[in-house]
Amino acid sequence: MQTIGNAQIKLLEKLCNACAVSGDEAEVRKIVLEELKGHAGDIRVDALGNVLVTRSGSGKKRLKVMVSAHMDEVGFMLVADDGEGLFRFETVGGMDVRQLPGKAVLIGKDHLHGVIGARPIHLTTEEELKQKIPLDALRIDIGPGGGKVKLGDRATFATRFQRNGPVLIAKAFDDRLAVVILLELVKNPPDNIDLLAAFTVQEEIGLRGAKVAAYSLNPDLAVVVDATPANDLPGWDGEENASFNTKLGLGPAIYIADSGTISDPRLVRHLNVTAQTEGIPIQFRQPGAGGTDAGAIHKSRAGVPSIAVSVPHRGSHTAASIARLDDWKNTFALIHAALMRLTPELLASARG
Amino acid sequence: MTDITPFLKELLTAPGLSGYEDLAAEIISAKWKPLVHAISRGRLGSLHGLRRGTGRSPRPSVMVATHMDAIGLMVTGIVDGFLRFTEVGGVDPRVLPGTLVTVYATGAGGHRPIPGVVVQPPVQLLPPEIGPNPVPLEYLFLDTGLPPSNVADLIRVGDVVSYAQPPLELSGETIAGHTLDNRASVAALTVCLEELQSRPHVWDVWAVATTQEEIGMIGAIGSTFELHPTIAIAVDVTFAKGPGSSDWQTSSLGKGPTLCMGPNIHPALYKAMRDLADRLEIPYGLEYVPRHTGTDAFATQVVAEGVPSLVLGIPLRYMHTPVEVVAIKDIQRAGRLMAEFIAGLTPDFIEKIFWDD
Repeated sequence: MQTIGNAQIKLLEKLCNACAVSGDEAEVRKIVLEELKGHAGDIRVDALGNVLVTRSGSGKKRLKVMVSAHMDEVGFMLVADDGEGLFRFETVGGMDVRQLPGKAVLIGKDHLHGVIGARPIHLTTEEELKQKIPLDALRIDIGPGGGKVKLGDRATFATRFQRNGPVLIAKAFDDRLAVVILLELVKNPPDNIDLLAAFTVQEEIGLRGAKVAAYSLNPDLAVVVDATPANDLPGWDGEENASFNTKLGLGPAIYIADSGTISDPRLVRHLNVTAQTEGIPIQFRQPGAGGTDAGAIHKSRAGVPSIAVSVPHRGSHTAASIARLDDWKNTFALIHAALMRLTPELLASARG
Repeated sequence: MTDITPFLKELLTAPGLSGYEDLAAEIISAKWKPLVHAISRGRLGSLHGLRRGTGRSPRPSVMVATHMDAIGLMVTGIVDGFLRFTEVGGVDPRVLPGTLVTVYATGAGGHRPIPGVVVQPPVQLLPPEIGPNPVPLEYLFLDTGLPPSNVADLIRVGDVVSYAQPPLELSGETIAGHTLDNRASVAALTVCLEELQSRPHVWDVWAVATTQEEIGMIGAIGSTFELHPTIAIAVDVTFAKGPGSSDWQTSSLGKGPTLCMGPNIHPALYKAMRDLADRLEIPYGLEYVPRHTGTDAFATQVVAEGVPSLVLGIPLRYMHTPVEVVAIKDIQRAGRLMAEFIAGLTPDFIEKIFWDD
């Protein structure tokens, strides 16, 4: 069976190190299109910048299955020039302003270096330490020499991908882990379905790419691949952590319900049975807040039975996230196996 | 003048928390060896490089102290594979969430560096009163991503943790990174030693990379006693103007080193250095420090019978964050100014130092 190996890890590194803030996904789109070169199928870039790929199978009575992964990531936009290389910025996508001081950033196509500093602790009062540093007090500092930076440029954290045995550390695991999985699916498509692959844009600011992609692709059902927080840290008071969302190391996280979507129960069952049959570890993401492209896709046209599967990772939407190689491998294995086992009968079965 | 940036960048990749400076000392020692006549480590770990002067023995000597230790974190506990930690030196916990670090593990599983990240637990795992406010250091975790059993084998309480932000060159010949406090000054002293290769000097020069400055100038105390210099110059970074910092304590980035005046500085040395900078037309800023300079000079001044001391500052933005910023030019100017000062020290310079009362 096809799996995640060194070539895919290298590709993940390239994708995580690329900068593609929602609305400016060019750098990742370019890598995706390059990777797709030489693989059969109809490839197009739509009005919003989604990359849509259709790979038809050869069996009879094939389901049209949309599989999506978003190309964009959270980041920043430069919005005002204070002079001397100092820029005000806004956040793009959900970010905690407490995660920003003391971080290095990359700006624009050329990845120009910048930093988000903070007042020296020596000059900071006890009272100030209790207050968070508000966004409007932070600046991106590119150095006093100026440079090829202009207002409107996007910026991301400068974190470079690294691997320590079973551990992966990078920015933008959300959702580059899934982009690699989707690329591998396109390269090794299950023959029993028509694979409609959507590399979407603008997920982080409201699932905007997925909305139009689902309309264009008009699938029978959809599987969204994403990355979800593992809040599996100990609680401050030693009490059991009952709201962990997912846990690192327990395998792909299957969505039953989030704030945007009730997963189709037939698809939940299908993924669960696939995992049991194939011996792939899985976990169910705790139902609750958060959402994926499925939130837009399942409301497309007359409706699309949908489900999301995520790779768990810690430090989502921060400068440095942590994921486990095995969770990623198993997410690919689960989705690949589940697609291989898909038949039209599934949609005829009871929902439960 | 040779480009000091490659050496500085190499030095910025080395850890060297206060008390654990060996890896930094090795890099500095290799760089200084060809520039000095003798090199050794002091009893508290400071690196002592000696350039002998041309004067008659016993010669007076000038000690230049630049601390090589870094602030950082230290492991205080392990909970389910996550690390609790404390600070070594002054750390604003508000810059920590999402910060890349290296844990220098010394557990039973062998000694090796392990990458990690400071994580801010989600709100539901914190005391309710924290809410959207900054998370105090005691509630932050350090995460290596490794399974708890691996962590227990590899890491132990007391292991030191460095920032891992790689140095980045910014525009206008500035550089960002952690531990520019005070490796920028080590680089300036290196520039000085390079300049002195072609400049005869009468006095002996002790180039010293001190230890444990961040926790109370400990290395400088021992080194000053051991080397017994005639005068001492401490070079350390100082607050540069920048976002969030524009008050009277700050100096301009890239507009030259600063000269400090105040009780920690011998006024005659201050005047001599200032006159020299004026004569050479080397730009400089002035700092008025009413009490503690927060530099090794506060230690050197009161060792043994007392040592006339001077402080040179290199303006730096965002001090004690992983993204400190300095201007390379300021490093070069500080190095050149020191070399000129040292080359100009006459055999009887010290007799001319007097209290102008």
